[in-house]
Amino acid sequence: MSEPSVVSTNSEQAGGTREQELILSVQRGQNELFYELVRPYEKRVYAAALAILRNEHDAEDAAQEAMLKAFANIRQFRAEARFSTWLIQITVNEALMRRRRGRTVVMEGIDDRRIAEESDYKPREFADWREIPSEALERKEVRQRLADALRTLDRKYREVFVLRDMEHLNIQETAEALGISVASVKTRLLRARLMLRDLLAAGWEQGWFSRLPFEKGTKPW
Amino acid sequence: MVGRESVNCEQVWSEISNYVDGDVDAALRASMDEHFHSCKRCASVLAGTQNVVRLYGDERMLEVPAGFSRRLEKRLAQGSIGFLGIGERWSSWSAWLVPVAALALFAGGLKLADKFIFNPPAKSILSAPGHDIPPDMQVVISDGSKVFHVAGCPFIHDKATERTITAKDAMQDGYVPCTRCLRQYLKTGVSGKRGIVASDNDSDDEQDEKVSIGSITP
Repeated sequence: MSEPSVVSTNSEQAGGTREQELILSVQRGQNELFYELVRPYEKRVYAAALAILRNEHDAEDAAQEAMLKAFANIRQFRAEARFSTWLIQITVNEALMRRRRGRTVVMEGIDDRRIAEESDYKPREFADWREIPSEALERKEVRQRLADALRTLDRKYREVFVLRDMEHLNIQETAEALGISVASVKTRLLRARLMLRDLLAAGWEQGWFSRLPFEKGTKPW
Repeated sequence: MVGRESVNCEQVWSEISNYVDGDVDAALRASMDEHFHSCKRCASVLAGTQNVVRLYGDERMLEVPAGFSRRLEKRLAQGSIGFLGIGERWSSWSAWLVPVAALALFAGGLKLADKFIFNPPAKSILSAPGHDIPPDMQVVISDGSKVFHVAGCPFIHDKATERTITAKDAMQDGYVPCTRCLRQYLKTGVSGKRGIVASDNDSDDEQDEKVSIGSITP
């Protein structure tokens, strides 16, 4: 069973020592090392901001602002937390604050009532299935199709999905970052994954992955 | 908890996300595994969900706009000064450079001020005291002027009241040498040399008067 969070954690541990050195150096005043410290996470920071703001320009500005806030508060960072998680949480806070500021009226439904609705999602039936190889992501067209599908998700599903499955925060961290319950995170994550599965399966029907090396007559689902 | 024998498609779907995350207990996992072997639809849902998690979790799905890194680095370089102030932004060796440079500038300013304000060059020989005047030299003074002259100087102020005393006594009484007849005893600030005789074009008055200094020097 694939565990993307485990893969990510391993890669982070490989550079963990260097990262800890950089954190200490910046905390002691070597400010010029800050960019080296955050550079590995700039894509994740941007993706988190984009998931919430849905606008590339706003997302970039929020990502930059979040980095500056992280820099300003670097002395408050404690080693018991992952630096990447701390950085993503600052980014989410910045993006959420901008979204609240940018909207005159934000009406959200009651979370508990939605949980019951979300649990009723019924995945579409696809008789044939097959694993899509990760090599498919080498093609820009495939990445674009996946990004387009993600954009069609409702905000509350997209945010949870991005933080959990793309930023690799755990369930608890995702809940804390978004200010929702663990149960809500799990329910929204289930719904988001199933909806994306259905969207991509429909994409298969439309020939998105037609040039992938599947055996003739098989489908990826 | 879902029992091993009672798991159905709806239950599998509701737990499939937790299953992918490894967040189900052993009994439920075993029940779901068994179900996947017998239900092609649920196996399809599982495979599709795993595809989603694996593909979206790939680093290649995280893309930034062109020039993002450059703009971020620039913003950090600009913003870091704003957040911390110049003293904290700069490294330790350069942190003390600013006050030192300011002090040097201040000291330089004082030196220039001293040169041009507190010790100005003597532009008039009238302001310069005499020097090396023989104390016993007989000089002439007169009322209405604090200048002493050699006898016969045409610039004696009031010839009717002129008196002859020694140069030492004259200077003790506050008299200063005549700039015409005793010029060789005056220090000129312009030339910087002691007792130098001014050229004829020092002033229009001197040219007009055509005084022969040598002829009246004792």
